[in-house]
Amino acid sequence: PARDMAAAAAGLRALRRAAGPWAALGRRASSVPARIEEKRRAALLGGGPRRIEAQHRRGKLTARERILLLLDPDSFDEYDMFVEHRCSDFGMDADENKYFGDSVVTGRGRINGRLAYVFSQVCFSLMSPEILDFTVFGGSLSGAHAQKICKIMDQAALVGAPVIGLNDSGGARIQEGVESLAGYADIFLRNVLCSGVVPQISLIMGPCAGGAVYSPALTDFTFMVKDTSYLFITGPDVVKSVTNEDVTQEQLGGAKTHTAISGVAHRAFENDIDALLNLREFFNYLPLSNRDPAPVCECHDSSDRLVPELETVVPMESTKAYDMLDIIHAIVDEREFFEIMPFYARNIVVGFARMNGRTVGIVGNQPKVASGCLDINSSVKGARFVRFCDAFNIPLITFVDVPGFLPGTSQEYGGIIRHGAKLLFAFAEATVPKITIITRKAYGGAYDVMSSKHLRGDANYAWPTAEVAVMGAKGAVQIIFRGKQTDAEAEYVNKFANPFPAAMRGFVDDIIQPSTTRKRICHDLDVLASKAQSTPWKKHANIPL
Amino acid sequence: KMLCSRRCLVTSRQLYSVVHDPNEKTFEKLLVANRGEIACRVIKTCKKMGIKTVAIHSDVDANAVHVQMADEAACVGPAPSGQSYLNMDAIMGAIRRTGAQAVHPGYGFLSENREFAKRLASEGVTFVGPDTHAIQAMGDKIESKLLAKNAKVNTIPGFDGVVKDADEAVRIAREIGYPVMIKASAGGGGKGMRIAWDDEETREGFRFSSQEAASSFGDDRLLIEKFIDNPRHIEIQVLADKHGNALWLNERECSIQRRNQKVVEEAPSTFLDPETRRAMGEQAVALAKAVKYSSAGTVEFLVDSSKNFYFLEMNTRLQVEHPVTECITGLDLVQEMIRVAKGYPLRHRQTDIPINGWAVECRVYAEDPYKSFGLPSIGKLTQYQEPLHLPSVRVDSGIQQGSDISIYYDPMISKLITYGSNRAEALKRMEEALDNYVIRGVTHNISLLREVIIHPRFVQGDISTKFLPEVYPDGFKGHKLTDPERRELLATAASLYVAEQLRSQRFLGTQRIPLAKSQRSSWELSVNLEDGVYPVTVSKSDSTFSVEVDGMKLNVTGEWNLASPLLSVTVDGTQRTIQRLSRDASGNLSIQFLGTVYKLQILSQAAAELSKYMPEKAAEDTSSILRSPMPGTVVAVSVKPGDTVSEGQEICVIEAMKMQNSLAAAKTGKVKAVHCRAGDTVGEGDLLVELE
Repeated sequence: PARDMAAAAAGLRALRRAAGPWAALGRRASSVPARIEEKRRAALLGGGPRRIEAQHRRGKLTARERILLLLDPDSFDEYDMFVEHRCSDFGMDADENKYFGDSVVTGRGRINGRLAYVFSQVCFSLMSPEILDFTVFGGSLSGAHAQKICKIMDQAALVGAPVIGLNDSGGARIQEGVESLAGYADIFLRNVLCSGVVPQISLIMGPCAGGAVYSPALTDFTFMVKDTSYLFITGPDVVKSVTNEDVTQEQLGGAKTHTAISGVAHRAFENDIDALLNLREFFNYLPLSNRDPAPVCECHDSSDRLVPELETVVPMESTKAYDMLDIIHAIVDEREFFEIMPFYARNIVVGFARMNGRTVGIVGNQPKVASGCLDINSSVKGARFVRFCDAFNIPLITFVDVPGFLPGTSQEYGGIIRHGAKLLFAFAEATVPKITIITRKAYGGAYDVMSSKHLRGDANYAWPTAEVAVMGAKGAVQIIFRGKQTDAEAEYVNKFANPFPAAMRGFVDDIIQPSTTRKRICHDLDVLASKAQSTPWKKHANIPL
Repeated sequence: KMLCSRRCLVTSRQLYSVVHDPNEKTFEKLLVANRGEIACRVIKTCKKMGIKTVAIHSDVDANAVHVQMADEAACVGPAPSGQSYLNMDAIMGAIRRTGAQAVHPGYGFLSENREFAKRLASEGVTFVGPDTHAIQAMGDKIESKLLAKNAKVNTIPGFDGVVKDADEAVRIAREIGYPVMIKASAGGGGKGMRIAWDDEETREGFRFSSQEAASSFGDDRLLIEKFIDNPRHIEIQVLADKHGNALWLNERECSIQRRNQKVVEEAPSTFLDPETRRAMGEQAVALAKAVKYSSAGTVEFLVDSSKNFYFLEMNTRLQVEHPVTECITGLDLVQEMIRVAKGYPLRHRQTDIPINGWAVECRVYAEDPYKSFGLPSIGKLTQYQEPLHLPSVRVDSGIQQGSDISIYYDPMISKLITYGSNRAEALKRMEEALDNYVIRGVTHNISLLREVIIHPRFVQGDISTKFLPEVYPDGFKGHKLTDPERRELLATAASLYVAEQLRSQRFLGTQRIPLAKSQRSSWELSVNLEDGVYPVTVSKSDSTFSVEVDGMKLNVTGEWNLASPLLSVTVDGTQRTIQRLSRDASGNLSIQFLGTVYKLQILSQAAAELSKYMPEKAAEDTSSILRSPMPGTVVAVSVKPGDTVSEGQEICVIEAMKMQNSLAAAKTGKVKAVHCRAGDTVGEGDLLVELE
C-alpha cells in the first residue's frame, strides 16, 4: 500500500504542476471519468504520504484511519470529497495549500449497524508537514470546512441520528479572517439546535485551540486522548505573554486537566485506537435521537438475578464508608458500567449501564469520597448527566447515600445555592422513568434533591439500612435540645435513623431486601417503558445557570 | 445461579457421615471460639448433633457467614485478633452470657492455649480438646520432645532451651551440624520457623525467632535442631478418649508447602507402605497415651527418603487439613471430639479404621502466587461460586459473595477437597473443581494449585517439602502453554471476541432507522498473548466458530452466555471450562485457562496494523522506588532520608496476615525520601521509600 500511495502522490503532483486542479477542467473535458477517479484517489490520500507520516510520528492516526476504526467496515458514505477552500490571500491558492476535501472528512456510516454522522478533522501543517505548528495552519477551520460540517449536522438533525466529531483542529484559519469566524458560528448554532434532538459526541484527538474548543463544549459528551490532545482557549505562549504564567500544553489543557480539574471533558483514553474503540462501545448506550427510546441490547444476565452480596455491602456503622460502585456493578447487567467523569467530582458517580439489556443512566452518591456530600462540582456534574438522560429517554436510576450539601465559605461564595439548584431542577424536570434506591443516608435538602418521591419519582425504595431525616441524630439533638438531654440522641436514632418515617408517609414505596434490588428495578423498568408524562407548555425552562 | 453461593455453603456435601445417636446425651449449647471456615465447619456438625451454637466475632465480622450460621452471636471486640478472637475476658463473658456448656476452639487463636483451657475448666465449661496438661506438654517443643523420647518415638537430634545470644546459637548450631532449624519453642505450626545453613543465617534466625518468641508468645525459649534435608512432611491423625483408648486414623501427606505453610494435602500418602504406616501410627498412639491425650490430635513426622521418620511435634487441636482424613475414614472428627469431650468412650477400634479411596485438599488462598508462591491479597469477593455442582467435591469455607478478605486475618478463602476411588480420580476431580471455582475481586492461588496437582513429579508422588522451590527455582510464573494449548486459547479467545461483537449488533425491538445488517461471516483478527502477536481468522457457521491460527483450523463450540462466570468451550473435541474475568472496549481480555489468568488483546487486523503508530507510554523505573508488595502494617523502617543503602539491605518490614516480610533495596544508593512510618497501614503498591 505504501508504494501505491507514493505513486498516487507522484501522480497528483504531476497533475498540479500541469495546471492546478480546476484549470484542467476545460482542456481535458473528454476524460471526466478519469479525472473523477484521480481526484478521488488524491482526496483519499489526504495530505499525501509525507503528511500522513508526520501524523503517525506524533502517535496519531489520520482522519480517514480514524473513521475506518470508528465505523463498521465498508459502511462509510462520504460527503463533499471534492470541496476545496476558496481563499486566495496569502498564497493560499497555491497548489500545495489546496487539496480535495479541505482538512475535514465528513459523511455517515454505521456503528454496530446503527446510523451515525461523522466528521473527522485533518490536523497537519499545510505549509510544513515537518513542524507541529498547529496554531498557524493545522486543521484550521476554513469556510468550506465549516460548511461541510454544517451539512452533515443538518442531515443528522433531519434524519434523527447522532453526530460524532473527531476533533483535531488548530482553530480559525487566520488567512480567511471573518469567513472562518462565520464558519464557527454556523457550527455553534447547529450544535445548539441539535442539542436535545440528537446526541452529539466530541472526541478530541489533537490540539484544539481558540474557537475550536467551543463546539465540543456545546456537545453532550467530550472525550479526549491522553498525551496527544489539548483543549484551551489560548495556548501556553499567549498565556505567558498575558498572565506571565509558565504552563505546558499538558498542564493547561491536557486530558488530565480536563477530566480531573476543569470538568470540561468526560473521559480520557490511552490513544487514538483505544478512544475510537471505546467510542463504539459508548455509542451502543445511546438512542439515535430524542424520537427513539433507550436502546435494548441482547442480554444474557437474568433480570431476576438476586444479588446476595448487597445484603452486607452497607457497613453497620453509619460513619463508615463503602464504595457505591460495588453496588452499581453488582446490580447492572454483567457488571458493565460506562462511567462518565470518573475523576471529576468523585463524590457523585454518574454513567451508563444496562438493566435487562435496556440502557439506563445511573446517578449515585459516593460515600467513599467526601462522604458522598453534594457540593458545587458534583451538583453540576449530576445535573448535566440527568438532563442528557431526560432529553434522550434514558431511564434514571438513583442510589442515594447523601449526608447533605457541603457547608463552608468556599462553597457558599462559589454559589452552592445556585449550583445545587441545578441538580434539583434537573431531577424535578425529568420525565423519564425515575427509580430511586436509598441505601443509607438521605439527609436534609439533599434527600429532596436526589430524585425523591416529591420530584415525581416513579419508584422510590429504601433498603433496611436507610435513614431519611433532616440531619444526623447528633446534630439534630443538639439543635432540638441544645445539648441538654443526653438520651435524646438514642430517641432520635430510634425515630428517624431508619426507613419507617418515610415509608409510613408513602415517601418511599417499599422497604426492599437489598438482594432483590436488581429484580425490582428490572420489573419497574418494564412497566415504566410506557410512561408518558408532560410538563406545562413553555418556550423553555430557566434552569439556574 | 448467583443465589446458590450462600445456600451451597450450608448444604455443601460433607464426604463424611455424622452418625449421631439421638439418645446419646450431648451438650445443649456450644460456643465456637473461632471464625471463618473452621467455625462454619464446627457449627455444621453441631447442627446435625442437635447442639445450639454460639458464634463469636469481631466488629468487622458482624456479618460473616459463621455468625449467620450460628444460633447466637456475641461480639468480642474490634478487628485485630489480639483484641477479639484472642480476648479471653470477652470470650469468657460471652460464654457466661449465652450459657454455653462447651467451647470448640477450632485451630489457631486459642486452640492450644493452656490458659484458656484452664479458665474454662475453672468455670465448669468443657473445652473440646485435650486437657491442659497435654496442651502444655505438647505445646512446648522441648518438653514434647522429651516426652516423645521417653515414649520411644523417633526424634531429631537438637537443642532446646533458652539461648543466651547469637553466639550461643551459632555454637549450638555447629554442634548439631548444619543445616539447622530455628524457631520459638512456644510457636505452633511452621510459622516463624527459620532454616540456617551457616553462622550468618543462624544469627539472623536467632534474631527473628527470639523477637517473635518474646513478642508473640512471651516465652524466650528457642528450639534449634537438625534440619532434615529434602524431607516429606507426613502426619498421623490420632483420636483418643478420656478412658485410655487411642486410635490412629492414618496419615496425611502435607509435603507441598511454601514458607513452611501447607498448600496441598492428601490422604493417604503415596510414600508409605503398610509397615511404615503402622509403625508411625503406633508411635503416635504411644505418644498420645504417654500424655494421657484425649480428643483429636495430630502427630507430625518428617520422613526422609529411606522412610526413616522423626517426630516433629504434636498439634493438640483439629488440623486445617482434617477433611482428607474424614474422606478416607468416613469419620466426623468434630463429632468425635465433641463426644470425647462429653466423656464418651471411642466408638471404633483400630481395625475399624479404613482407608477408603483417596482425598486431596487444596488450600485456596487470597494471595498472589507469582510473588514468593503467595503474598496476601485483600479485597471484596465480588463474585464467588464454589464448584459444588461437581461430584465428590467438598468445600469448607467461611465466606460468601460480597465478603471482605481483610488484612486482619488469615487470607484463606476455603479448603477445596476432592475425593475419588483412587488418587488419579481424586486429582482429575480436583483439576475440574479448580477450573469451576469462581473467585473474583481478590487475587487467588488457583493457578499454583492447579499446576502443582498436574505436575508430573506430583502425579508420580515424587514430592518433598522443597517441591515448590525445586520445581520453580525462579518463582512461580503460571502455566506454561504448549503450542497446542496456545492455539486452543487463541481460538477460544477469538471466538469469544467475535461472539461479543456479534451480540453488540443485536438490538431488540423495532428501530426507527433500520439496522444495517452485517453480512460478515469472517473476521481477521490479531491477538496479543504473552509478547507474541498471532493473526487469527474466525469464520462462523451456525453455533460453531472455525478458527484458523498458525496455519491450523480449529472448531470451537460453546454456549457463549456472556454473563455466565463459567464458560464451557469445546475446541476440536476437547472440553474445557474457562472463565472470562474481564473485557474492555479496547480489546483487552483476561481469561482463566488451565487455572492461569492470561491477558490478551484482540484487535481487528486493521486496528492492529495502525497500533504500531500509537505512542509507547513510559514505564516507571522501579529500581529506585520501593513499593509495598501487599497490604499490611509497617512494623519497622530501618532507613531515613540521606542514608546510604546497599543492594539487598533491609529497608523496612511489613506485617500482613501474621507474617513479617523484610523488604530490601533493589540497588545501592542514597535514600531520597521515606513515605511510611512504623505503625502505618499500607496498601498493595503504596510507595514506601524512594532512592536517589
